[in-house]
Amino acid sequence: MDHTSGLEKILRGAAIALVLVFFLFPIAWIFLMSLQTNETILRIPPSLAFTPIIDNYTALITGQLRTAAGSLQLNFMQNMFNSVMLSVCSVALSLVLGVPAAYAFARFKFRLGEDIAFTLLSFRFAPALLVLLPLSLYFKTLGLTNTYIGLIWVYQLICLPLILWIVRGYFEDISPDIEHAYRIAGNSWWKTFTRISIPLAKPGIAAAGLLAFIFAWNNFIFALILASADKQPVTVGALAFVTASGIQYGQIAAAIIISITPTLALALYAQRYLVEGLSMGAVKG
Amino acid sequence: MTAAATQTRAPVKQSRFMRRALPYILSLPALLMCIGILIPFFTAVYYSMLRYRMNLPAMKGFIWFQNYINFFTDPKFWNTVQISLTYAFLTVSLELLLGLAIALLLQRPSRLNNIASILLLLPLMTAPALAALMWKLMTHPDFGVLSYLLTLVGIHDFKWASDPDTALFTVVLVDMWVYTPFIMILLLAGLRSLPKAPFEAAALDGVPRSFVFFRITLPMLMPYIITATLFRLLDSIQQFDIIYAMTQGGPGDKLLVFQVQAYLDFFQATNVGRSAALMIILWAITYALSNVFIKQWLKLRERAHGAH
Repeated sequence: MDHTSGLEKILRGAAIALVLVFFLFPIAWIFLMSLQTNETILRIPPSLAFTPIIDNYTALITGQLRTAAGSLQLNFMQNMFNSVMLSVCSVALSLVLGVPAAYAFARFKFRLGEDIAFTLLSFRFAPALLVLLPLSLYFKTLGLTNTYIGLIWVYQLICLPLILWIVRGYFEDISPDIEHAYRIAGNSWWKTFTRISIPLAKPGIAAAGLLAFIFAWNNFIFALILASADKQPVTVGALAFVTASGIQYGQIAAAIIISITPTLALALYAQRYLVEGLSMGAVKG
Repeated sequence: MTAAATQTRAPVKQSRFMRRALPYILSLPALLMCIGILIPFFTAVYYSMLRYRMNLPAMKGFIWFQNYINFFTDPKFWNTVQISLTYAFLTVSLELLLGLAIALLLQRPSRLNNIASILLLLPLMTAPALAALMWKLMTHPDFGVLSYLLTLVGIHDFKWASDPDTALFTVVLVDMWVYTPFIMILLLAGLRSLPKAPFEAAALDGVPRSFVFFRITLPMLMPYIITATLFRLLDSIQQFDIIYAMTQGGPGDKLLVFQVQAYLDFFQATNVGRSAALMIILWAITYALSNVFIKQWLKLRERAHGAH
């Protein structure tokens, strides 16, 4: 591999550049759109010569959108709040429920254990609408439609299996000897779990939590079916926004940028955990 | 003596009970949280055997497997099957080829390659529904930058997702944009974890590189390729977000994949029975696939542990 020729190096570099352009151009272009007025967006040919404005962002943050039909109230910040609320609460709940369960599946070979683990994992792969459509009828009867509680419960279907399987893999990698030694020294089981096991599995818990947060944030279909406007996260809100605001392309672009910034920032900040989490413990040797 | 013996035995007994109960205590809350989901699942099974239209409540009745039997002669159903399979096949195979190519490009852990692989995570972290909106803006007939770029190479009036002939191409492109990095990351991790010895030996013997790739790299990478492929296949056959956000299944019936069709059956045609039966069929497909996937995944995990 070391004796690669100059030509090959250039070809490799060009190929990598091409790949980066394909995958990064859309984000960059939408970002540029979000800094433009509708007039400059609609120019043909598109040009990079424009004076950047932040009006689209201020309009979204204040909720006052000027459209062709006049001023329009559209509370996109409420969607943002809903996304934070739903993702943070569901990941927190999933961690509280999932980490002990993951520990149980990793440490104890108990009857039903494997069955339960597989059942929980199979939720991850079942088509969402299979349960969502009947659930929407139940939620109506139970009064859970358009509530945070109902949504957070359903979001467990995204977060819990993920956390369970990634964290389980981490616990399995940790030798139980350390735990045994700590136990023999006279500490309770609970103390061993919280003082030894959890700290040792921290990277796995972080990776799982991070990934669960991103999946929860990016989810679209659950809230599309089970929430109306005031509880919808940004993914559904942005689509509704397109229909409502019509041709305010700059603002649509700004809404998209605001919506994707949290997950992209998290991904860049914690990319090491992310890559580990994505491979679900499958490919770490 | 006996009193002392029972005294010492009592705590052991208790801890043994605790020891046996502990795993259940620990996993029960998580299980209870998810068990509620089994209720709507069984409801869906039941609904799939009903003649159940919300706009015609008087006609509601149990019809056993009639909804399923109707599918056999229903061209709409076969259209759904065909489009879902085409979509899944196209996205997964193209993403696999591209993902493998990129992983090979970035294989050497240099600084530049690592930065590139991190940047490639960004599309994967973008919500698929929002990614579809981004591409919608870029393919807009009036000002879309991609439509403009096509006019530069002499392709005019390319209608992207609004043309029945190119709609599938457009959503497959968006799917590739979002999910190719997923395959790339898995395969890159796989490539970098391969043992060095066979490659060094091959280089020493001057074995041609194509031979090394097809006879050493590819076979050793195969478990990773299969895992990534199955995982993507499971998601891709259920794709909803990208297609719904882009065209809501249109133009016409061009993109009515399983979940989009079930959504429209439920909310527009209010045909609950048909949508439930459609979802049960999709569930059966994904269930079979996921069993294969989980087995494969556990095998890979075991292997990784063995090499540890």
